Amino acid sequence: MIRDITLGQYYPVRSVLHRMDPRTKLFGTLVFLVSLFISDNAAGYLAATCFLVLAIKLSKVPVKFMLKGLKSIFFLLLISVSFNLFLTDGEVLWRLGFLRITKEGIHMACFMGLRLIYLVIGSSILTLTTTPNQLTDGLEKSLGFLKAVKVPVHEISMMMSIALRFIPILIEETDKIMKAQMARGADFETGNLVQKAKSMVPLLVPLFISAFRRATDLAMAMEARCYRGGEGRTKMKPLHYEGRDRNAYLVYVLYLALIVVLEKIF
Amino acid sequence: MTTTAIAIKAEKLNYIYSEGTAFEQHALKDVSFEIPKGQFVGLIGHTGSGKSTLIQHLNGLIRATSGTLEFEGENIYQDGYSMKNLRSRVGLVFQYPEHQLFEVDVFSDVCYGPKNMGWSKEEVEKSAKEALAMVGLDKSFYELSPFELSGGQKRRVAIAGVLAMKPHVLILDEPTAGLDPKGRDEILDQVAELHRQHNMTIILVSHSMEDVAKYVDRIMVMNHGEKVFDGTPREVFRHYKELETIGLAAPQVTYLIHGLRDAGIPVDEDVTTIEEAKQEILRILRKKNG
Repeated sequence: MIRDITLGQYYPVRSVLHRMDPRTKLFGTLVFLVSLFISDNAAGYLAATCFLVLAIKLSKVPVKFMLKGLKSIFFLLLISVSFNLFLTDGEVLWRLGFLRITKEGIHMACFMGLRLIYLVIGSSILTLTTTPNQLTDGLEKSLGFLKAVKVPVHEISMMMSIALRFIPILIEETDKIMKAQMARGADFETGNLVQKAKSMVPLLVPLFISAFRRATDLAMAMEARCYRGGEGRTKMKPLHYEGRDRNAYLVYVLYLALIVVLEKIF
Repeated sequence: MTTTAIAIKAEKLNYIYSEGTAFEQHALKDVSFEIPKGQFVGLIGHTGSGKSTLIQHLNGLIRATSGTLEFEGENIYQDGYSMKNLRSRVGLVFQYPEHQLFEVDVFSDVCYGPKNMGWSKEEVEKSAKEALAMVGLDKSFYELSPFELSGGQKRRVAIAGVLAMKPHVLILDEPTAGLDPKGRDEILDQVAELHRQHNMTIILVSHSMEDVAKYVDRIMVMNHGEKVFDGTPREVFRHYKELETIGLAAPQVTYLIHGLRDAGIPVDEDVTTIEEAKQEILRILRKKNG
């Protein structure tokens, strides 16, 4: 039931994207996000769509699976689209009280909606094709230069990887507790808002307790293995760039150039 | 009478997890069985053999991909069948049930199930008291927070939480996991007591033959989503060599008896518990000496 949350989940298949260096993928995601914010015309979005479709094809992850992630941002999407739709100034097409739809509003709402959807899908591709461990390795290495200005890069990336690692565990745990309470006659679906909120207590209390328990256990296990932070720590699998990474960077440069050119022309 | 004497009847149950994705898993394959009322069944299998999936079907938490399931003669997949009612009739105690406790004190936690059933306050409190008595917790525990109890006590509170709904069938998923030998024996004895006194149908899920052999009337063995053996403990333990190949073992006593037979001592092959083995060996010694 709640296994539908795909954000931050890894999808195990063999593909070029899965084998790619995490730094390349991180950088690619960044390029993609930047390109979304640069372009605000149809041609730019067409290019972004092509880039996204290419990435989805290369990842070999079923599209259906990726789109599932959009469910979780449905409300955010609805709110931001309607804000843009109703509250943008410009040439009025339709009016009801203080609500009005303008030509510019439709334009803004469409692009805002697309931008959000692409943002989520783009970052889903990153997490679907990269294990949390790889992801943090990549982050740590890419942001290593920040160490010079005393940013605790290793600690931050460790925290991130733990958080990512715990998402599926907590989802599973939620599922289990939900089922256990349903076996005792709990009902999470019907009732008004107050009743629904009340019915969450038997779910949330055990979930919090279990999260705390897991956190202490993990801290203990790390301590027992003499974890001392990133200082002088070596990697079992150091990151190496390969030919495919070079090609990917080439694609990024071309793509970014294309986006900038399209933006200037139209 | 024939239909009502059967508590649970499953026919060709199939269940596939996450169909159509890389996580796809055929968790149950054509599982069929009938459990008569009042039977004490042991469900045994390795981790991932499908036993936990199977029991979640029995109270409607998971819906089978195909196949039929009847409870007390009624098809639970027919339209309008009340799952809430089914869940109070088929009490399911999950693994580590103490993780589901949430109330401020033991008594209100046990009341949660019956309250969900919509019973009156008196009924709820009466059945909660009865359930706590069934698991051997007296009044002194009622006001305590579930979180200050020992592991074994917490588990009993959780089991009482399910018993308070007055189920006809009680399913326990690895009720002894993580308990010390004393806690394990206490829980299992209590369950056996429930079976004896209240003639409850009980399904005990475990991966330990040792735990199960002493108590149950019947053993079902699961492997890779299929039911591979189904019979009385002695029938199932006769296959102890096959059991080993699927990563399970017969109780130590079975090995002892077979070892003795191989050494030429004519002990009865069908001994399953330590007590029976003791009697059998004494019998042979007496025969030899006298």
